[in-house]
Amino acid sequence: MSILRLLVGLASGVLFGFGLAFSGMMDPGRVEAFLDITGPWSANLAFVLCGAVLVASIGVQISKRMRHPVLADTFNLPSGTTIDARLLCGAAIFGLGWGLAGFCPGPAVASLSLGLPIVLAFVAAMSVGMILHDRLAKSRNR
Amino acid sequence: MTHIAPTYVDSFIGGILIGLSSLILLLLNGRIAGISGIFASLFGRADRQLWVSLAFVIGLILGPLLFRAVLGDWPLVRIPQSFPLIIVAGLLVGFGTRLGSGCTSGHGVTGLARLSPRSMAAVAVFMIVAVLTVYLKRAGGWI
Repeated sequence: MSILRLLVGLASGVLFGFGLAFSGMMDPGRVEAFLDITGPWSANLAFVLCGAVLVASIGVQISKRMRHPVLADTFNLPSGTTIDARLLCGAAIFGLGWGLAGFCPGPAVASLSLGLPIVLAFVAAMSVGMILHDRLAKSRNR
Repeated sequence: MTHIAPTYVDSFIGGILIGLSSLILLLLNGRIAGISGIFASLFGRADRQLWVSLAFVIGLILGPLLFRAVLGDWPLVRIPQSFPLIIVAGLLVGFGTRLGSGCTSGHGVTGLARLSPRSMAAVAVFMIVAVLTVYLKRAGGWI
C-alpha cells in the first residue's frame, strides 16, 4: 500500500514535469510574455491553465462520489473558507516574485533537470524563503 | 525536433497532462498536487508523507528528462534576469507561497477545480500583482 502510494507520487510527478515541459510553462521568458499584457502578449499560459483545471475538475467531481481515495483512508484537503490577510499578503508576495523572475515553484523545480546554476540559485532561495516562513510561523504559534 | 515555441495546442495538451497528474494524486492518494506545499514538506517533519513528497519531487525533475527522451530536445528555458534578482524573486516566491498556502498549482489548478473561494482570491491577487510587476519592469526599461 505504502509502496503503491510512493509509485503514484512518482508517476504523478513525472506527468506534471512532462506536462510543464510540453506546455512551455517551464520557460520564464514565455511566462513573462503572458504576464506582459502591454507587450507582445502570448496567451499560452491561459491554455495551460484551462486544460489543467478542466481535467482536475473531472477528478474533483469523481472524488466527491468516492468514500475515500483508492490508496488512503481519507482525502487530505484544505477545509478553510475564510479569505484572510495572510492568504492575500502571501499571494501578493508570491505574485511579486513570480512577476520578477517568471518562475513559480513547479517550473523552477522541474527545471533543476537542466542543471543550470541560475535555476539552482532560484530553488535554493525559494527553499530559504519557505523555511524562513515556516520557522517564523512556528515560533509565533508557540 | 526542437520545441522552441509551443503552440496553443501544445500548451493545452501540456495543461491536460498537468491536470491528469493532479487527478491521479487526488483520486489515488487523496492529496492535492500543490508544488509549493509538497516541496516545502521536504524540509518538515520526517513522516510517511515525506517519502511520497520526495517521490513526487523526483518525478517532477524526471519529467523534463522524459520530454527530452521522447521529443529529442530540452524544453526551452530562458532566464535573462541577473543572479541577485533571481535570488530576491526566489525568496519572495518561497515565503509568499507558504504564507498564502499555495501557488499556481495548488491554488491555480486544483483549488480552482474545487471552486475554493480562497483559491479564487489567491489566484486573482497573484495574477494581478504579477502582471503589475511585469508592467512596471517594462515601464522601467528592464525588459
